[in-house]
Amino acid sequence: MNPITIIGSGLAGYTLAREFRKVDKDTPLVIITADDGRFYSKPMLSNAFASGKTAEQLAMNSAEQMGTQLNSTIFPNKHVSAIDTTQHTIVLDGETLQYFKLVLALGADPIRAELKGDAAEQVLSVNDLQDYARFRRVLTGTKNVAIIGTGLIGCEFANDLVTGGYHVEVIDPGTLPLRRLLPQAVSEAMRDGLSKMGVTWHFGKGAVAINRAGQGYDIELSDSSTLHADVVLSAIGLRPRTSLAQAAGIKVNRGIVTDRMLKTSAENVYALGDCAEVEGLVLPFVMPIMHAARALAKTLIGQTTQVMYPAMPVVIKTPACPVVVSPPPANIPCEWQVTRTEEGVKALCQDTAGKLAGFALAGKATAEKTALTSQLPSLLA
Amino acid sequence: MKKWQCVVCGFIYDEVAGLPEEGIAPGTRWESIPDDWACPDCGVAKADFEMVAIADAA
Repeated sequence: MNPITIIGSGLAGYTLAREFRKVDKDTPLVIITADDGRFYSKPMLSNAFASGKTAEQLAMNSAEQMGTQLNSTIFPNKHVSAIDTTQHTIVLDGETLQYFKLVLALGADPIRAELKGDAAEQVLSVNDLQDYARFRRVLTGTKNVAIIGTGLIGCEFANDLVTGGYHVEVIDPGTLPLRRLLPQAVSEAMRDGLSKMGVTWHFGKGAVAINRAGQGYDIELSDSSTLHADVVLSAIGLRPRTSLAQAAGIKVNRGIVTDRMLKTSAENVYALGDCAEVEGLVLPFVMPIMHAARALAKTLIGQTTQVMYPAMPVVIKTPACPVVVSPPPANIPCEWQVTRTEEGVKALCQDTAGKLAGFALAGKATAEKTALTSQLPSLLA
Repeated sequence: MKKWQCVVCGFIYDEVAGLPEEGIAPGTRWESIPDDWACPDCGVAKADFEMVAIADAA
């Protein structure tokens, strides 16, 4: 029998494999990965630095151990160059392999800012364990880090690095951190929390060029000022990896398009995780992966199962200002009602019928997460 | 009493504090939490948690 084949060994690929093995002990399972196949905690990449964790410490299992644990064959450091959805084959470093069902768990690429200058290529981004190892290596013996972008990952890194003793400068063309996810009052709490820790913000400016200067870099900003840093980290967002699917004639939009069964436009080909767009939703977070993997494992053994998404608040791990947010759906007109206390900020968004549609909490107010989440409607019921 | 950390997301469960907001009383041992419980931050099931003991509280 041809195997169930998963491309990708990130949290999506390995979680699916684990869920699949709970319901099917025997069907051959193959996992192909461009990485080394180690299993690690993705969310910790942006908050493990201050606690001194090395890449080796974040890796919980090697590819070999994962293969044994999951009773599967793992091909590490291999690139899939093509998929033939009619022949049920993939091309792996020139070799053609048959699949029974194929799962794309390809992840996403960090978006690269368009930068001029002779050191534009030296800008780092951290999206997997190997990136993290490199980042730690580069940071050794340095003092000043510039971060481009004030999203979730940018803020978590700013907090982690400033706690780790670095001087941190953050650059963003906007006016406040995390404005895409958070209402203004909670963004302000994040800004103030990180400021108190010593983070320096450069709002209203973009990075234009990066040039070598001594041991570090000069970053030219859009207002013609210059910032010096030893290390430059970019965290301006993720773009789902869609090119492999697109080349195979599989429908893609922002991500690889799937239905509620995680099925793509091609028969027997599925997608989940950061590469997927499930019913129009691209959700590069852990919780959706858990729900998707449980549903897809059943679908793969013939028990067709729709993925259900409950309300899934996102926890932002910034000890300087812990935040949890469940953004209201984009199509709901929302006015935030904000309550500030000395210990936190609570922002609630109600729909026109007065029902809770979203919330954002900062500081001690995050303790209300569970109670508020239970009042929210499901994202995909 | 111990503290346990979720291997996927870093969430910490402190047996001393419990999770009263989730109906888990202070002082509840990790072993006594139901198997169908999932990490409140990332949704990993208890069975997959491989929660690691990170500290013995006094």
